[in-house]
Amino acid sequence: MPEITYREAIHDAMVEEMRRDENVFLIGEDIGTYGGAFGVSAGMLAEFGPERIRETPISELAIVGAAAGAAMVGMKPIAELMFMDFILLALEPLMNQAAKARYMFGGKATVPMVVRMPGGSGTGAAAQHSQSLESILMHIPGIKVVAPSTAYDAKGLLLSAIRDPNPICFVEHKLLYKVKGEVPVGEYTIPLGVADIKHPGDDITVVTSGIMVQKSLAVAQKLNQEGISVEVLDLRTLRPMDSQAIINSVKKTGRLLVVHEAVQTGGWAGEVMAVVSSSEAFDYLDAPMRRLAGKDVPIPYNRFLEAAAVPQEADIEAEIRAIVSNKY
Amino acid sequence: MTTWKKEEFDNFETTDVLEKSSELGINQEKLIDMYRTMVKIRIFEEMADKQYALGKVHGTMHLSAGQEAVAVGAGFAINKGDYLLNHHRGHGHFIASGADVNKMMAEFLGKDTGYCHGRGGSMHIADVTANNLGANGIVGGGLQLAVGVGLAVQMKKTDQIVLTIFGDGAANEGIFHESLNMAAIWNLPILYLCENNQYGMSANVVRVSAKTPFKDRAAAYGIPGYYIDGNDVLAVYEFIRKAADNARSGKGPVFVEAQTYRYFGHSKSDRNLYRTKEEIDYWKSVEDPIIRFEKLLLNANLIDIQSINMIKEEMSKVIDESVTFAENSPEPDVKDVTEWVYA
Ligand SMILES: Cc1ncc(C[n+]2csc(CCOP(=O)(O)OP(=O)(O)O)c2C)c(N)n1
Ligand SMILES: [Mg+2]
Repeated sequence: MPEITYREAIHDAMVEEMRRDENVFLIGEDIGTYGGAFGVSAGMLAEFGPERIRETPISELAIVGAAAGAAMVGMKPIAELMFMDFILLALEPLMNQAAKARYMFGGKATVPMVVRMPGGSGTGAAAQHSQSLESILMHIPGIKVVAPSTAYDAKGLLLSAIRDPNPICFVEHKLLYKVKGEVPVGEYTIPLGVADIKHPGDDITVVTSGIMVQKSLAVAQKLNQEGISVEVLDLRTLRPMDSQAIINSVKKTGRLLVVHEAVQTGGWAGEVMAVVSSSEAFDYLDAPMRRLAGKDVPIPYNRFLEAAAVPQEADIEAEIRAIVSNKY
Repeated sequence: MTTWKKEEFDNFETTDVLEKSSELGINQEKLIDMYRTMVKIRIFEEMADKQYALGKVHGTMHLSAGQEAVAVGAGFAINKGDYLLNHHRGHGHFIASGADVNKMMAEFLGKDTGYCHGRGGSMHIADVTANNLGANGIVGGGLQLAVGVGLAVQMKKTDQIVLTIFGDGAANEGIFHESLNMAAIWNLPILYLCENNQYGMSANVVRVSAKTPFKDRAAAYGIPGYYIDGNDVLAVYEFIRKAADNARSGKGPVFVEAQTYRYFGHSKSDRNLYRTKEEIDYWKSVEDPIIRFEKLLLNANLIDIQSINMIKEEMSKVIDESVTFAENSPEPDVKDVTEWVYA
């Protein structure tokens, strides 16, 4: 299988689907000649022209609002936000319009749209360009939240997201854009709402997503050599959450650590724990459930501070060791 | 007391209905239908108020009595199949666009037979299958969606237009700028109808708007803008028709600001502390859009008192029936509360 980057995988999914379905179009800032802030749409203007690569003024509210409007009347827009942080300027159309239209209108509207947004820290972009806002997005019924961790997942999940009849927040991690992975040529989809065991194990379950999957995998491989068997469960879709996969894994391992970059308070780790504590998996627990999340701070600029604000491999490793050695 | 007519209207008051209607190509039957629809809206709104007073309404409402000429002038001027995106004060727009008052009243009372199966209520009535994309609870909400609908129409190359109706208050939301700018740079077939009833809740439009009329703002985007007498139903019809033709022929967006006045309070509770009784009385007597239209039709011998009374009776019956329909309709099933969150 050829190896391509996460960025190329997302690019390919969009290009291939736009060739197949003329209702799909991309709308966002600097997505044309510039190719998007992270280069994801490079070359697309030349192939599809300015109507379908719809470059906008700096108007996030109207970008997402326009995507919602177009989706309601049969188009399948993909809105690109330059940074996930800017969804805060467009929560109105996302949460009050797109998320609710179907329900409010008695099941008669569909809003098939995708909002792609690069999130996460690690680039020194500081507090207003580094956030992981997934938990906020997950709070709203009517929205699905997808966060791929590999190039393979990114392509398959994005295709499913574009074809899904609901508004989807597609969270891309900036640090993953350059990461390569094996991706088959051509069309394949990965269903939304289905988690994936990225590394099987027996001693502890690590439920995670996005960039933290990569970090957890590195730790799992390291600990494997010492005989600590870590199961890394990548949720892939945060909402709807694959509860059954979580339950099954915890029943097998008896221990749970949830890892996410988003700040801890109100973060989705709490949801994962609630799934376990209110299911039969609870009886299988041999240790208290733990979570490792971003610290409750805005992302700082200084590189050491920035690294300290979110879980790193060493933190994950230490936490796993503590749990499996019954420290808690 | 007319402190509100600060600027000159772009239209002249319709005085000769025969001349005006023949110029606009409206026959007598259509004129009467417009009148009937205005009456229907008025009675619907009065009935809504009554239902509320009787304690039968769970939520809130925003009544449009006094603004019927805007709704009817616009509703009759666009084509079937054109898209409508309106705002919270939307009953009139729906009725004028041909909505079923039974389903509207049922929705108002939260019943399963309502347009939205009781999920939306007064503020979210929609009929997506009829290209009526819903009233909006967010001030300015329709302005954002309209851009996308306009894009879709342009890309699909249909000959539809998008009519978005919003209040004077919405004109001070940030989205007003974003929406008009985008519509202008992309030449979208959007008709912006600002229904200026002179207040956003308690805020007088002149007090909260640095410069009026808002058509001056449209000019800033190179969008043709008009400020018209919104209580003259034929003037509204004329301007919306022309604007619609303009948008339909690929010439891009048009902005029409129709000045009117709301009779009831802003929503369910309103003690009218921000306006005087004299002001309200002036509009209700001198400027009332139904009385004004009635006079024109009577003077031109297009209608007589007897038919006026018949129309009023007939419409009262229709609205009474809508209440009966709504009352006899089932409540939505509570076990379906999580239905339709996702497609
Ligand atoms: C974004 C937003 N801000 C505030 C409100 C509360 N609100 C509802 S209607 C309204 C006044 C709107 O005035 P206008 O646009 O002139 O419409 P009108 O009610 O006069 O028809 C306000 C402030 C809201 N619903 N949405
Ligand atoms: Mg107003």
